[in-house]
Amino acid sequence: MLTALNGIDWLVIAAAGTTILWVNWYFFAAERAPVTAAAGAAGGPQEVTVAVHGGYSPSTIRVKAGAPVRLLFDRQETSSCSEEVVFGDFGLRTFLPAHQTTAVTVTPPKPGVYEFTCGMSMLRGKLIAE
Amino acid sequence: MTTANITHPRPAAPPASPEKVVIPVSGMTCAACQGRVQRTLSKTPGVVDASVNLMMGNATIAYDASAITPDALIERIRATGYGAELPQENQTAFEEQAARDAATAEEFRELRAKAWASGIAGVLAMLLSMPLMGTMTAGHHGPVADPFMRWAMESMTPTLRSALPWLYEIPAPVLSWGLLLVTLGVMAWAGRHFYTRAWAAFRHHSADMNTLVAVGTGAAFVYSVVATVAPGFFVQNGVAPDVYYEAVIIIIALILTGNAFEARAKRETSTALRALANLQPKTARVLRDETEEDVPVESVRADDMILVRPGERVPVDGELTSGESAVDESMLTGESLPVTKRVGDRVIGGTINRVGAFRYRATTLGETSVLAQIVKLMRDAQGSRAPIQRLADRISAIFVPVVVSIAVATFAVWFVAVHTTGGGVGEAAVRAFAAAVAVLIIACPCAMGLAVPTAVMVSSGKGAELGVLIKGGEALQRAGDITTVVLDKTGTVTEGRPAVTDVEVVYNSTLASEEMLALVASLETMSEHPLADALVRHARDRGLPVDTPEAFESHTGRGATGVVRGRALAVGNEALMQDYAVDIAPLRSAGHRLGDEGKTAMYVAIDGALAGVVAVADPIRGTSRAAIQQLLRLGLDVVMLTGDNKRTADAVAREAGITRVVAGVLPAGKVAEIERLQADGRVVAMVGDGVNDAPALAKADIGIAMGSGTDIAVEAADVALMRGDLAGVVDAIRLSRRTMRTMKQNLFWAFAYNVVGIPIAAGLLFPITGLLLSPILASAAMAFSSVSVVMNSLRLRRFRAATS
Repeated sequence: MLTALNGIDWLVIAAAGTTILWVNWYFFAAERAPVTAAAGAAGGPQEVTVAVHGGYSPSTIRVKAGAPVRLLFDRQETSSCSEEVVFGDFGLRTFLPAHQTTAVTVTPPKPGVYEFTCGMSMLRGKLIAE
Repeated sequence: MTTANITHPRPAAPPASPEKVVIPVSGMTCAACQGRVQRTLSKTPGVVDASVNLMMGNATIAYDASAITPDALIERIRATGYGAELPQENQTAFEEQAARDAATAEEFRELRAKAWASGIAGVLAMLLSMPLMGTMTAGHHGPVADPFMRWAMESMTPTLRSALPWLYEIPAPVLSWGLLLVTLGVMAWAGRHFYTRAWAAFRHHSADMNTLVAVGTGAAFVYSVVATVAPGFFVQNGVAPDVYYEAVIIIIALILTGNAFEARAKRETSTALRALANLQPKTARVLRDETEEDVPVESVRADDMILVRPGERVPVDGELTSGESAVDESMLTGESLPVTKRVGDRVIGGTINRVGAFRYRATTLGETSVLAQIVKLMRDAQGSRAPIQRLADRISAIFVPVVVSIAVATFAVWFVAVHTTGGGVGEAAVRAFAAAVAVLIIACPCAMGLAVPTAVMVSSGKGAELGVLIKGGEALQRAGDITTVVLDKTGTVTEGRPAVTDVEVVYNSTLASEEMLALVASLETMSEHPLADALVRHARDRGLPVDTPEAFESHTGRGATGVVRGRALAVGNEALMQDYAVDIAPLRSAGHRLGDEGKTAMYVAIDGALAGVVAVADPIRGTSRAAIQQLLRLGLDVVMLTGDNKRTADAVAREAGITRVVAGVLPAGKVAEIERLQADGRVVAMVGDGVNDAPALAKADIGIAMGSGTDIAVEAADVALMRGDLAGVVDAIRLSRRTMRTMKQNLFWAFAYNVVGIPIAAGLLFPITGLLLSPILASAAMAFSSVSVVMNSLRLRRFRAATS
């Protein structure tokens, strides 16, 4: 026997709707970690340390185009998800041993966005060359 | 967040040129951490200048190399409680493989230990909660919420009651709190990484499998704790304070078990690569100052003389300088018969010397060695992505948030449905909760992520075993779609090395054919024409005296003339004979017949009179005909391209069983021919030697380079064959097709699993069949789904070469 929706039902529906909206906003629309400029040490390549722990931080890195960028991936976990970092545009795939720092040097040829991901494309980061 | 660099230059005068090093420092979260590392470094003797950057997470240190080493600096930083490690650079292919293997093995061991421990804890939890069953208010079953668990435990109760009666004497609150503690222990130890990784991902606005497990089990646990701490709240609302403790533990145990199997299966996908990396011997017997010395292979230098005895592995690449042997190269080329090696031949590091002892000179070493290049190529290939994966990638990227949304919606729908059909608020909440947790637990993004990469891993390893190096997932996918195979004639269908096939002398000649050959070969020693080499080789192989001619003149497109041992010689085609007014009538028909057979006939005139005719041809490889038959059976069109004339081309095609021939094609014309075939909508594979055919290989959808076993790094090629044998082309195409089928099966299974499993877990079938999934069964299904994908990929290991 059906009864009409009452207050608690509407409350549950409203709470569920809000939660769904928030989840989708948080994972898809919310602003990501701030941009970090790579320091161009005199003579040496631009350099930045990227912590790898459930994601890349920073995940968006501003760099100078046409100059080598040395990214130091500091993998702080053993989760196999992040065991590789892939720079598709540079055809580069590097194994990152756990709890170690691995250097990857790339040179963005021209201004643009160069994405890097984990081996399974779940974790994402990008270089913004300008 | 601060970006300030705190810099404290030391007042003392720095040494002339301090060394500089950048050490990544991990674990610093605030300016205080930064200050601590900074102070420690600045106080360290030998440090000239130190600057710690919190944002960058590193320390830039200028130091006096005579006073302190980078390793000591790292020790100093670690002593402050933060992590520091020098960046690893330029790992060799072998080192990287070893590091990966160690990581996977470690992962497997850890998962296995945790799975066992949580499984045992699960049994303990079941025992603890059995006496609690049936103690609650009438109409409720007891404190076990998961329907599957309740069924299982109810059926075991009579046995347990008679076996362990004392268990039933323990007061209920003690049991409840005991359960809570066991569960907390399992979550904090065995399941810890689910929560820490989920949290880490959450902070990066991303979500993965860990998120689903963490939210699912976390919600079940919190619910159970409330039921334990404040059972009155539940009872007031007309619901038994059931708990999910055993369910949480068993879900964690099942998922860990699944992950452990997955880790082991993933390890097996790279067996072939590991086997290749292990081919590299550790030591080499080097001759230095005429004494034999066993040295590590890393210290072998180019031009070192190395001694190899029968049964030993060849340590590094090189060129044979003395001795003769048969070498087993099957591990690299797939060629099952040992290859004879004589002075001047190349030997490859990692192959096994079978019979004789020999000495050789080391050539390519380390990263440039054939074996290291194969390992690197394979590793790159195994890590590369196939385009078919893009869809899976797009779904993976949105998968978890979508599943969480579905779980929340499931809760709302169930709540409202139960409540409006007469259920109390409490009952509605309980049923809704179980369904939502089941959705979170059953959803599995891992199977999708593993579907394509595991197939690429296994198949590229299999290819390497067969001497077929497929450079990556994209090449695999395109090779599976090939409709037309274009074969270059010379060096592909044929040996690529002309040989003398016929020698005829004029009837009644006073000259023996051997004598004529010796004269011709002597003349041809001066010629640079490829056919000349065949003549000289032929004569030398027969032990005929080959001298240097007294005079020599080359006639482009016609032949050569000169003087050997005082006799005037002309060797060439009809045109050359006409120029010298030599009557070729006696041998004209023989010459034409040889031409029809695809051979190059050369007339020989001695002192102005016709002496004989010599034919040279590029013989067909022994395996070509069978391989071409197999290509045709695979439903492929086979086209042969050649720069030779139509007559020669037709003769070779006839012998090889090819019906479509394009002859007289200039090198640039090969590219045009491939473009023409592609314009017809065909997917074209070009098979060539990788050097002369590079543009055509690059133009084709798939370029297949027939290697001599040493030049595998052909840039233009998508597939490199270690063996000079068309059978490799057949294997490459068959393996690619088979791999594509596996990938599609995997993707289908991974999608179908979620598409079917999630609605069932959400209770979509409940109104029709009354079917509801318990979270425990959901976790078992999830664990199975990713393991099954990896197992399906591993079936590719059973692929067999068509011809071996």
